[in-house]
Amino acid sequence: MNFNFLHSFGKYLLLLKTAFSRPEKVSMYWKETVRQMHDIGIGSLVIVCIIALFIGAVTAIQFAFQLQDSFVPKFYIGYIVRDITIIELAPTITCLVLAGKVGSNMAAEIGGMRQKEHIDAMEIMGVNTAAFLIMPKMIASLIVIPLLVCAASIVSIVGGYIASVPQGWVTDAEYVQGVRYYFEPYYVSMMFAKAITFAFIITSVSCFQGYYVKRGSIELGVASTQAVVYSDILILLGDYFIALLFTV
Amino acid sequence: MIRIEGIKKSFDETEVLKGLSTEFEKGKTNLIIGRSGAGKTVLLKLLVGLLKPTSGSIWYGDTDFTKMDSREVRTLRMDVGMLFQGSALFDSMTTEENIRFPLDMFTNKTKKEKLDQVNYCLERVELDGANDKYPSEISGGMQKRVGIARAIVLDPKYLFCDEPNSGLDPKTALLIDELIQKLTYEKEITTVINTHDMNSVMGIGDNIALLHEGRLAWRGNKSEVLDSDNETLQNFIFASPFLQRLRDAALGKKQ
Ligand SMILES: Nc1ncnc2c1ncn2[C@@H]1O[C@H](COP(=O)(O)OP(=O)(O)OP(=O)(O)O)[C@@H](O)[C@H]1O
Ligand SMILES: [Mg+2]
Repeated sequence: MNFNFLHSFGKYLLLLKTAFSRPEKVSMYWKETVRQMHDIGIGSLVIVCIIALFIGAVTAIQFAFQLQDSFVPKFYIGYIVRDITIIELAPTITCLVLAGKVGSNMAAEIGGMRQKEHIDAMEIMGVNTAAFLIMPKMIASLIVIPLLVCAASIVSIVGGYIASVPQGWVTDAEYVQGVRYYFEPYYVSMMFAKAITFAFIITSVSCFQGYYVKRGSIELGVASTQAVVYSDILILLGDYFIALLFTV
Repeated sequence: MIRIEGIKKSFDETEVLKGLSTEFEKGKTNLIIGRSGAGKTVLLKLLVGLLKPTSGSIWYGDTDFTKMDSREVRTLRMDVGMLFQGSALFDSMTTEENIRFPLDMFTNKTKKEKLDQVNYCLERVELDGANDKYPSEISGGMQKRVGIARAIVLDPKYLFCDEPNSGLDPKTALLIDELIQKLTYEKEITTVINTHDMNSVMGIGDNIALLHEGRLAWRGNKSEVLDSDNETLQNFIFASPFLQRLRDAALGKKQ
């Protein structure tokens, strides 16, 4: 079991090494990257925004409820929604969702190509398939996923506003004051660090699962599920370590 | 020319190829024949490096293919075209995009030059005008022909075809055989073809290697097939009682 894990981990590292070799033709890679950016970005924007909106809203309502009858100033609702989404909820929840949506899709796409001998056919032409299939996806997610996370945190804050201001929990001015209160740009760097790490995890793990899929549609299903499960576990572990690294 | 020496290949416990040595000549159609499961596809995949032999060597000219690093292999593969048993066309691309893919990837030609070349290849396989069809929209035989067109678009020095005419009607099968033979002679390609179709064997068998139980059972060319008294070969060719009766009748008349 342990040996098995080491074997897979070594294979994973070797695949990544091959994936980052020089492209045969930059224009082909670029075209593929743009396609991936569109698929990942536009394709996930709506779901990411919906989830972010509700997370912001629920966070605001929960805190408003906690702060009832306490001496903590009301504007803290905005302050807390801002910090908790930027530091934790926007990057982590968004990427957990993206692992399910984008990661499983990548694993299934590459795995299907492996099973239908498309990868072999490309290899015969002389294409470095690891690079051609993985690098564009990697570049696309490293650019697009942080942007999605950024959008998610903005939408969350708006969600918090929508949930609390019209209800009368806080006034418009208080919420805005809270959002602007003691703003720490360092937290935004942390958000981007998380987003970039998680994007790397999702793409590399999913592509690895797809690239080495075995025969059969059951294995393809397994690969795509494992892509999500492993990505999710690694994202949470990564989240923990980044939290340690940035705060302690 | 490609030469293999003592090729063995095992999957886990089962040994599929048990030590094969033979040659595939330049400018000739070299056939590998054998029953289903004999290891023809495995041998072809070994030749192009999709599988690694358990032992033995594969010589492309003077270089040992099994000792090349991945960069050298990729360089060699620029000169290799392959038609897969299941065609392996990229199903989200049209016929034209499929054939153009190697050109897009490895050449700096203009759009017009590429289109001309794609159309030329499509003409060669008698599919002119099928540019915008997706693989799912064309028949199996047409897919095979698109596969051939894609394999020859970069003018390969080596062409590998895995059962190019299995599952096709006799007329189309003949057409594909003739096409491959013409290309081979015209461009002096080293062509290796897997088949168990006797029409192909008798039609384009410049060199024939019979695989049986992981070993080379017979080598020769199409004019030697019928005169050979190799038992494995005779059993392979005259597999059905009907064919055996025909043979016996013919021999009886001769005597
Ligand atoms: N990846 C693999 N893992 C395990 N065994 C394999 C693998 N590929 C092929 N084999 C075995 O090798 C043997 C030869 O298979 P191969 O596909 O080469 O036959 P073939 O001669 O091409 O047959 P056909 O004419 O039906 O295509 C078979 O017994 C098969 O079970
Ligand atoms: Mg086969």
